[in-house]
Amino acid sequence: MAKTRQPEKKKADSSNPKEDAIEVMATVIEPLPNAMFRVELENKHQVLAHISGKMRKNFIRILPGDRVQVELSPYDLTRGRITYRFK
Amino acid sequence: MIVCKSAAELETMHRAGLVVWDVLNRLRQAVQPGISTLDLERIAAQGAQEHGARPAFKGYRGYPCVLCASINQEVVHGIPSGARRLKEGDIISLDFGVELNGYYGDAALTLPVGKIRPEVGDLLRVTRESLDKAIDKVRPGNRLSDISAAVQQWVEKHGFSVVREFVGHGIGTKMHEEPNLPNYGEPGHGPRLEEGMVFAIEPMVNAGGPAVKVLEDRWTAVTTDGSCSAHFEHTVAVTSNGPWILTRPKEAVGASW
Repeated sequence: MAKTRQPEKKKADSSNPKEDAIEVMATVIEPLPNAMFRVELENKHQVLAHISGKMRKNFIRILPGDRVQVELSPYDLTRGRITYRFK
Repeated sequence: MIVCKSAAELETMHRAGLVVWDVLNRLRQAVQPGISTLDLERIAAQGAQEHGARPAFKGYRGYPCVLCASINQEVVHGIPSGARRLKEGDIISLDFGVELNGYYGDAALTLPVGKIRPEVGDLLRVTRESLDKAIDKVRPGNRLSDISAAVQQWVEKHGFSVVREFVGHGIGTKMHEEPNLPNYGEPGHGPRLEEGMVFAIEPMVNAGGPAVKVLEDRWTAVTTDGSCSAHFEHTVAVTSNGPWILTRPKEAVGASW
């Protein structure tokens, strides 16, 4: 299968740390200070997640038990960033 | 970084390549006026299954089928459909790949349907020959762009044009590996070829201008001027004895397709 030639600017994208994150579903366990939460991933791992800047700016409230989408850093799988709260 | 494969790995890739070869030959038998590209898709899927190989294209970046079937002005990545039937005078490019034991094989050819116009026949011949010329450059010590230049020079000498938007690629444990292998360029640039490198060399040649666009299905690429386009491809390894075409039997000699 012919490979589609990528535009040259690809390098800039991959240097952005937010691009490489792993997105997973999780459930909030308990709120912690400084807008941090302990969340449980679908694979039962518990990680420390903070709220993304966009969610904080728009005052998205997160309560224990909420289903959320979490981005994990590939470098440190014990920390994540909550990027979406499901209704 | 270009991954060099060991002799044993090349043998494994050759086994995957032979599956591709067999499936493409079955399709070659099946191509005739009236058959739909979905029928060809089914033959390809069946063939891969009989060999216990996983079709490489299905699911690749969301591609929905195991086969790419591109008719006339379609350059590459035509999605098989029950509504697309071949008719006398068409040309059809068939691109197929499998993964077997963790390694990939990838090849393509363009076939006439029944009797075609002589100038379209020339397009097929020149494209196939450009692949032969390119394969001949796959030797240790040559540079990567020698392969690209061989295609471009042969194609443009005959008044056809080379597609820029799609390129050949390294291949091995992934279908698309480093490096990109364009079908155009000046000779004498890029990395030196070393034993164990494997490339999918795939000239895509238009009868008219080089411009192509991708249709709304986000896959099918067509020539913008509506001219016919041909596509031939082999998976080729660099060895000390020169090129080894992995997607055909060892005993095969002469022209690539």
